[in-house]
Amino acid sequence: MALMTAEIEIAFTVNGIPRVVRVEPRRTLADVLRNDLELTGTKLGCEHGVCGACAVLLDGEPIRSCLLFAAQIPGRAVTTVEGIAAPDGELHPVQEGFWESTSFQCGFCAAGFTVVGAALVDRGGEPTDEEIRHVLSGNLCRCTGYASIVEGVRAGLRIAAERADA
Amino acid sequence: MKAAPFTYHRPGSLDDAVDLLGSLGTEVKVISGGQSLVPLMNLRAVRPEHLVDVGALDALHGVSRRDDGTIVIGALTTYREVELSETIAAACPVLAEAARWIGHEPIRTRGTVGGNLAHADPAAELPAIMVLLDAEIVAVSSRGTRVVPATAFLLSFFTTALEPDEILTEIRIPPPASDSGWGFAEVSRRPGDLALVGAAALVERETDGEEQRIGSARVVTFGVSPTPTRAIAAEALAAGRQPGSQLWNEMAAAAVSDLEPFGDLHASAAYRAHVARALVARVLAEAVGRWPS
Repeated sequence: MALMTAEIEIAFTVNGIPRVVRVEPRRTLADVLRNDLELTGTKLGCEHGVCGACAVLLDGEPIRSCLLFAAQIPGRAVTTVEGIAAPDGELHPVQEGFWESTSFQCGFCAAGFTVVGAALVDRGGEPTDEEIRHVLSGNLCRCTGYASIVEGVRAGLRIAAERADA
Repeated sequence: MKAAPFTYHRPGSLDDAVDLLGSLGTEVKVISGGQSLVPLMNLRAVRPEHLVDVGALDALHGVSRRDDGTIVIGALTTYREVELSETIAAACPVLAEAARWIGHEPIRTRGTVGGNLAHADPAAELPAIMVLLDAEIVAVSSRGTRVVPATAFLLSFFTTALEPDEILTEIRIPPPASDSGWGFAEVSRRPGDLALVGAAALVERETDGEEQRIGSARVVTFGVSPTPTRAIAAEALAAGRQPGSQLWNEMAAAAVSDLEPFGDLHASAAYRAHVARALVARVLAEAVGRWPS
């Protein structure tokens, strides 16, 4: 078996910016983001789809970037944790909610929770705590016991509603 | 860990994909959502020489309803699309409910119905629902198109009737009886985990004046045996009977006596049998509770 395979060219957008990378096809999106594009906000925990730390948005929907080869998404739009706040620096409601609620301790899981939480808040509606927990159940945190993270998402929903009314 | 090297192919049409599979030999894997395959590749439990990505085959994507009521699900339809599909919610709500139990939302956004069935995990929800609903699975190769009933498609642990040169293209689900109800239940260690044990039921009503009886019942357990298992003996007890806990207990006992549960580090065979019995009774009661008013 070959030790390496020929590199291929992949064009897609990341946080609204068109990017082209030349990588081996076995390169996951997570590794392309971190190593080739130096967007190290996305974290890699388990690398087999269990921990949720590597969550990014693909065309606006949350996915696990460790379970996707970059070659699989030509032409598509990726949003990483670096792209969740507004371009002028205003925090996303869920980021402000996490800040207000002191949701995280060590912060390793924060990028994953932020991406998944932002998608949940942007979807609107009035999710119950059970529904919030159902969405967050794919992300592991080893510090907090989760209560402060659920609280942060709830605060994010409130802040989004306040901004919409303002 | 990182996946071992492979050569990547991204065919633009089903014909091209089928030609590739016919010519690349046996060290080939088809990838769609990759939510089962990529973890195995990252752990190097699977090391294909060639990866054929069917992600560009848009024709294999989507849910539709034929004039005869058959629901057709393209192999590349994601779990999330099944979960949110109005067509599926109306025609086979038990499938929409089962999809909600698969992994977590980021997994459901990528994982596909065809990939799930081709992977054939005995603890997975969708194969069980396809057996429950008597679905047919369509496979295409350069040799032609085959239509295989779900029960004949699922052979054993992670083993299907799919040949190495075949691509699973769609799933066809006959319309369930309109005067029926469904139940679905699963026990797993954490939300999003594969089932330790699961069960699903479809119970048809027969009305005779004021009296309501069971016309027919279908019951499937999963996570217990190498494939999802129809509880044929239990189903035979139901026809013409009055619904109620006595019947559910009889049927649950019959369902479990037909099983040969496996044990592993997550749960012993005896525990699986015990839970299967409880879940069968539960999904039958749920199904009758969902009879249309």
